[in-house]
Amino acid sequence: MSDLIIKGHLGIGPKASGEALVATDNFSARYDLDRIKGIFSRPAHKLFEQGYVGKVLVLNIAKGGVATAWMLHEMASRGMAPAALLLNFANPIIAQGAAFGQVPLIDRFDSDITTMIKTGDQVEVNPATGDVIVTQS
Amino acid sequence: MNLNDTEKAMLAGAMGEARQRAIIQQIQVGDFFDAVDFVPVAQAHIMADTESLGEAGVCFLEDLANEAEVDNQVCIPTITDPRGADFNTYKQINHDPAYVALEKRADQAFRALGVLMTDTCINYQTVIPPVRGEHLAMGDTGVVIYSNSVFGARTNYEGGPSALAAALTGRTPRYGFHLDENRLGTRLFQVKEQPKDWSQWGALGGFIGREMGSYYEVPVIEGIDVTPSSDDLKHFGAAMASFGSTALFHMVGITPEAPTIEAVFEGTPPAPHVISAKDMDAFFATYAMDDDALDVVVFAAPQLSLYELERLAKLLKGQTIHSDVALLIATNPENKRAAERMGLDDMISGSGAILMEGVCFYQMHARELGEANDWTRLMTNSAKLVNIISGYGYEPVLSDMERCVHSAIAGRIVR
Repeated sequence: MSDLIIKGHLGIGPKASGEALVATDNFSARYDLDRIKGIFSRPAHKLFEQGYVGKVLVLNIAKGGVATAWMLHEMASRGMAPAALLLNFANPIIAQGAAFGQVPLIDRFDSDITTMIKTGDQVEVNPATGDVIVTQS
Repeated sequence: MNLNDTEKAMLAGAMGEARQRAIIQQIQVGDFFDAVDFVPVAQAHIMADTESLGEAGVCFLEDLANEAEVDNQVCIPTITDPRGADFNTYKQINHDPAYVALEKRADQAFRALGVLMTDTCINYQTVIPPVRGEHLAMGDTGVVIYSNSVFGARTNYEGGPSALAAALTGRTPRYGFHLDENRLGTRLFQVKEQPKDWSQWGALGGFIGREMGSYYEVPVIEGIDVTPSSDDLKHFGAAMASFGSTALFHMVGITPEAPTIEAVFEGTPPAPHVISAKDMDAFFATYAMDDDALDVVVFAAPQLSLYELERLAKLLKGQTIHSDVALLIATNPENKRAAERMGLDDMISGSGAILMEGVCFYQMHARELGEANDWTRLMTNSAKLVNIISGYGYEPVLSDMERCVHSAIAGRIVR
């Protein structure tokens, strides 16, 4: 077992850690999630029916509408948010939502983040430096 | 970020806590996107339906509304996106009164901040159209893509909290589509089959949106040899923004920043991605069903213009919607009043269809509405809606307006 440090752009939000949940799919809180049950609810999503609460979500691109900006705050208020979001490319909505809800977010890594972390890996996220530390499972 | 004296004063709290919190949040986003400074914006448009806000978001707004008026008033014209409940028709669709009550609280809080409750995602058709080069803080993806592309205005996606921050500070971080260098094309699409109705314009936009990568990709479309209407481009842009995360497109010879293909590419344009009739057929096939079961027909996403309402009214005049099917239509308060004055509402409502105002179907607890009314199979002419609604437990079918209406009358999907 060895630790891997991955460098991204400076992020938003506090430090966090958790178990990774990874897919090459994209992400929108409105389109993809059942936020009451805390699972992915869009049938076409690779993480369909999987629970995301407390997980470090590792996905490709932020897609879709603007609702995620409020929804991260709303999910966090009920303790139903992911521990952190790691994306290849965030969009403004995810960044604004992370700033408003103080949900940790980092994007723009040296290479494709969805291939560098596996589901089940233990991950530490430090948005202030853009560092992600992976304890590989 | 470089701050001017006003921005430094806001950050120091000299202009109240609300503006201080707002600018702190904006600086975090600006730093994330490497913005050098702020840009003043002329309008803000806030998406804040209660499904997204939840109790936590409504409490946040109420706390802000309770602060001193000198601190909490918006400082630029600020308008709202569709809300989460229609206070007039909610009983007809079994909308949970608890959600309606939450919506009333949000509505009152926004009014206390000096926000104009337009409740619309077609403000560019009904409130004030943007002007080329105007910097804005628009809070709906469809509004953003239309403002940027069709008018040549400049806005990023500004989610609710962010648009509210811009309304309080009068500015937004200068990144993304506020900057010249991000407005050039990155991909080229060549259209071989001309879209013929709103569902086809939406499908074309959705197809291109699905091909888009990051937020910074800008598709350029050539080969459109008809002049699209405002409603055509509305469906096209809204679907593209929904399927992708796309905030700007150029349509050669049609949109203002693309008089020629050379004007929107630096150097040689990339090889085009050709979109054929087969591609469009395949797109529609994604949203077709083997059987003809039908529960609800929805015209929304974006809200309907007066001309769309007129066409619907003509199709529905003297007809009766099948008793096993609901037909819902969403528009904004201005068009609803206009439809009432012009007799269109009577033609629509006389058929049993429900004309809702100030809402959009997917922004009003669509999952719970589906459960309350036993709605699963949904038919619509909105490519944007079919993209969104499957996550809410629906089986969406995409077709044109005429077939949707005929199906609502027949009580089953008419092909």
